Parts: sequence; structure tokens; C-alpha cells
Amino acid sequence: MSLIVKKVAQLITGFVFLYGIYIIVHGHLTPGGGFAGGAILAGAYILQILAFGRDPLHLKKKETGSSVSESVAIFLVLMMAVAGFFIGAKVFFNNYLPTGKIGELVSAGAIPLYNVLIGIEVAAALLTIFLALIIYKEEIEE
Amino acid sequence: MELTLSILLGFMIIGAIFALHAKDLLSAVIAAGIVGYSLVICFLLLKAPDLAIVQIVVETITLIIMVAVVLDSTRQELSVKIDRQQIINISLAVIFMLVLVFFFIQAINTLNPFGEHSLRMASAYVGETASKTGSANLVTGVLFDFRGYDTLGEATILFTAAIGVLTILRIKGKK
Repeated sequence: MSLIVKKVAQLITGFVFLYGIYIIVHGHLTPGGGFAGGAILAGAYILQILAFGRDPLHLKKKETGSSVSESVAIFLVLMMAVAGFFIGAKVFFNNYLPTGKIGELVSAGAIPLYNVLIGIEVAAALLTIFLALIIYKEEIEE
Repeated sequence: MELTLSILLGFMIIGAIFALHAKDLLSAVIAAGIVGYSLVICFLLLKAPDLAIVQIVVETITLIIMVAVVLDSTRQELSVKIDRQQIINISLAVIFMLVLVFFFIQAINTLNPFGEHSLRMASAYVGETASKTGSANLVTGVLFDFRGYDTLGEATILFTAAIGVLTILRIKGKK
């Protein structure tokens, strides 16, 4: 890509990433949540990869970080849901943490934790699909 | 409001038809983007900002991926000859579509008017989500508390999609 694209991508990516984190963390207060924020996080990574290409980012042949974090995130979501069986009302997906005061950042019990985990899951899954399309394509050309 | 929605829906239909008939696959992909981005404005007009955020981000990412795929492969559409088998298929599709439209109209006539619903579950959610879950955003409260199974299913679908892509696109087998 040209110098303008690279410079603009450099300047913007941090803000995009920060905006994704904001959407995820404030998911129980403002519109948005884990899905939207996770997709924005993946967008930040994809912007970097599209602007700079493979070599400056040191993308390896086996880029396993994204798929591992995706699997770990969905495993933790399941574990948190199963934990509802043992605490409180014995229901799957039981919201067992104290709800706190409505409208504060730390409130709503386990919902912010679910938001963060789902955000990681979505970001890692979209990034995994994109990386697979890039890396396996270069495997064809060799 | 209904006029604006109708104009947007008209745009979406035109974009979809153009995407079907465009000679260049790149312009077909971009015309398919019209449908997604008009849907974003529809969601905003219908007061669903959560859906609008998700739709605009996912639409952008899928468009980028589709453009990358189209630029890598061919940009020309494959030509299809119309023979007897094709005519039978097309007429069957048209008949099936007419039957579907007939039953769809019958079903729509029994629904409530647009914007007035009498769903008991929905009114219970609207009233009590904030006090029961402590979440100020109603949509997130419903998604992660009352409808936790739905969210788990969606996350599982993404997980399965990523695994499927990794499995199908792999050229060399595991040793």
C-alpha cells in the first residue's frame, strides 16, 4: 500500500482498538456489547494487516495465537455458565454475582464478564478466518 | 417514517438486482454492500442502535474479505447456457415462490399492525430487566441473562465457522 494509507492506518488503529474496548466494557450501559466490540477489535487488526502486509508484522506460517485465544474464551464462557449450576439458584447461565447499582460501570453481576469473554471470542474468530484466507493463499503460491 | 423505509427498501431491492446482473464481480460485491448499509439506516430509523452497530461492523468486514477474495480469483462471471433442464428449474422456482407468497400474505393478515405488538414475554422483559439483572442496557441484559442460550449458540456458530475455515482451506494435511 502507499505511504498515505500506511500513515493513516498507523494513526487510526489505536483509536479503533480503544473504541472496541470501550464498546465491550460499556456493553451493559450503552448500545453495543461483546459482538459489536469484538468485531471492531478484529477490524483494527485487519486494518493493520491490509495496510502493512505480512512481513513488517512478522506473521508466521503457523499463527496459532488467535485460534487458541478464541477456544480459551468460549471455554471460559461455558465454564462461567456451568458455574451457575453450583452457586445460587442452580440454573444454567445463573447471574450469581451481586447486581450492584444500575448505571455504574461495575454492576449487572456477571454480564460484563460475559461481554468481555464474548468480545475476545468474536475478535479472535474473525481474525482467525481472515488470517486463514491470507496465510493459506501464500501457501498456494509457493 | 414509513415513506423513508419504503425508499430504503426500494434501494435495497435495486442493489440486490444489480448485484445479480453485474458483469464485473467486484461491482456485484459492492452493490451487495448497498443492501447491508441500507439495512443499517433501517435499524437506526427503527430505534435499534445495538443491531445497527453490529450490522455496520460485520458488513464492513465481510465486504473487505469478499473484495479480497474477488481480487484474488477471477472477476468474470461464468456464463450459463439456458437449455431445457434450466427452463424446468426456473419454472419450478417461480411456482414455489408464488405458493410461498400466497401463504405469506395469509400469515401477514393475521398479524398486528406495524409497531403494535401484544407479546407477553416482551413486555415482561421491558419492565423488569433493569431491576432483575442490574443492566442499564436492556438488550445486553436480555442477551446475557434471560437468553443466555442464544448467545452461547451464536458464539458456538462463530467458533465452528472458524474451525471450518481452518479445516477446509488447509492445503497440506497434518503430519
